[in-house]
Amino acid sequence: MTTLAQPAAPAKTGPRRGSWSRRAPLLPALVITLVLTQIPFVLTIWYSVQHWNLMAPGQKSFAGLANYRATFTDETFWKAIKNTVILTGASTVASIAVGLVLALLLQKRFPGRGVARTLAITPFFVMPVAAALFWRSAMFDPSFGLLGRLTDAVGMARVNWLSDQSMLSIVLITSWRWTPFAMLVLLAGLQALPDEQLEAARVDGAGWWWQFRGVIAPHLRPFLELTALLLSMNIIQTFGEIALLTAGGPAYGTTNITYYVHLRAFNSFDFGTASAYGLVTLVLTIALAMPALRLLSGIFRQEGRR
Amino acid sequence: MTVTIPTPTRETAADAPRHRAARRRRRRPDNDTARWPVAVLGWLGSLLLFSPIAYMLLKSVQTETDAASPAPKLVFQPTLGHYRDAFGAGFWAYAGNSIAVAVVSTVLVLALALPAAYALSVRPIRKSQDALFFFISTKMMPIAAGIIPVYVVAQHLHLLNTVTVLIILHLGMNLPLAVWMIRSFLQEVPGEVLEAAALDGAGRLRTMRSIVLPLIRPGLWSTALLCCVFSWNEYFYAVNLTTTTSTLPVFMQKFLSFGELYTAQVAAVATVVSVPVVVLGWICQRSLVRGLLFGAVK
Repeated sequence: MTTLAQPAAPAKTGPRRGSWSRRAPLLPALVITLVLTQIPFVLTIWYSVQHWNLMAPGQKSFAGLANYRATFTDETFWKAIKNTVILTGASTVASIAVGLVLALLLQKRFPGRGVARTLAITPFFVMPVAAALFWRSAMFDPSFGLLGRLTDAVGMARVNWLSDQSMLSIVLITSWRWTPFAMLVLLAGLQALPDEQLEAARVDGAGWWWQFRGVIAPHLRPFLELTALLLSMNIIQTFGEIALLTAGGPAYGTTNITYYVHLRAFNSFDFGTASAYGLVTLVLTIALAMPALRLLSGIFRQEGRR
Repeated sequence: MTVTIPTPTRETAADAPRHRAARRRRRRPDNDTARWPVAVLGWLGSLLLFSPIAYMLLKSVQTETDAASPAPKLVFQPTLGHYRDAFGAGFWAYAGNSIAVAVVSTVLVLALALPAAYALSVRPIRKSQDALFFFISTKMMPIAAGIIPVYVVAQHLHLLNTVTVLIILHLGMNLPLAVWMIRSFLQEVPGEVLEAAALDGAGRLRTMRSIVLPLIRPGLWSTALLCCVFSWNEYFYAVNLTTTTSTLPVFMQKFLSFGELYTAQVAAVATVVSVPVVVLGWICQRSLVRGLLFGAVK
């Protein structure tokens, strides 16, 4: 039995709860969301069983499972899956690790904390395309970039970031963009921690590490899980950074599924196969979305009981 | 899975001061204040995250020669020339489209989301939870999985390379988020206020217009700002569905061919296109978590 949130106003007597007058305000938004988000998926299923290449002569024809066969035997597709997993996993872990440290540091009051927090969340708002372009020439560039000077400073050889360490470069900029997100969610989690629990731990003489392990970490766990899921669902869709920094290369080394669908559809105009790729992506994402929804509804239920 | 999040007990306005005073006495004085090493590290961490943006601001006022010098130059003759140039070359056409897409889609989002949120909180339908989770689940689906039908349908309707197609798609992108955010603000309107209005004989629309709306106005604003931010920065739809009639992220692409010799120019344009959203983001940062977590946490 799930009763999630309590309505603000007590249910009044009068028209039945399911009556049309209650439903009417919801319908426009519901119908538009259904049309804009669900119908494309249904059509994608249909397209994915068609031979349909805009560049090839002839009309589209029924292909059965040929596109799926092509998908699963395509080495580049598997490479794209592998890249997606590496990029998403590494960026999610890095964002959470840095975000957690920052959240712990920025939790308590100190002079200028508001300004510090504001600066820290800024990377999340900067237009990703603009940031990627700037990073390309001012950070990653082997002769002019800031990262090159940093490696000089620690006595390392110059690295040609975008060609020799392409995946690391993408992970770096993606983590930079998403760390503020992790920090914000974890800060919200820390703020929901009752003072009494920490107080009790302190009275018992627990040091900083034990307070963290014994009180803060268990409390933060659902927030960490939720952050991980939301981050990975967003990072799985990384597109702009790849398009502008590496164009998926070298040798498909940084092509993730989103970028591969884009290449297939809009460079090769192979709509049938691209649709099949898209559907496989959908299935993979649903595997992440289900636990995320369950977690959210759990947190939501708790908040509703307030 | 069960999730336990202990929530602080709410104090009523009357006994809050007494309560707080008692707590202050009980607590050690530095309980809420960071010790100085934490403060210093906190500042350093924030500055580290911000440093690429600071570097961008620095580069944007340097000449290309200064910007390309082998060692980073901190002392130089600043120039605003790149900012002047940033506004040339079709910038305003793309900027106008960006503003139109963000504003129109956000207005439509609010117009649709407000009644929907009402039907999911103040006067809830049966199974309102199912509807809510339907909205949220659409935010979790990959955009790549639906792009091909979107392209084909847009082509049939002659909507490719138009502002309209972006408005429609950004509407679909931001609507679920807005429904959740506005619902969480409506949820905070005390039931007694609504009851009192009903007792005074105010109809539902009247109650909504003259009592509820003023109460949730700040929340509506931050929802709107957040929707504008996401619309402004959106790139995937823009690059796949539009070319010449498009928004600023697509305009930015042309700087890809400029190469490393134009770092300062790129920095200036990147700053110009980012300033509006960064400012909006700063303004609505208090409600940001609510938006990112679909209102589940405040």
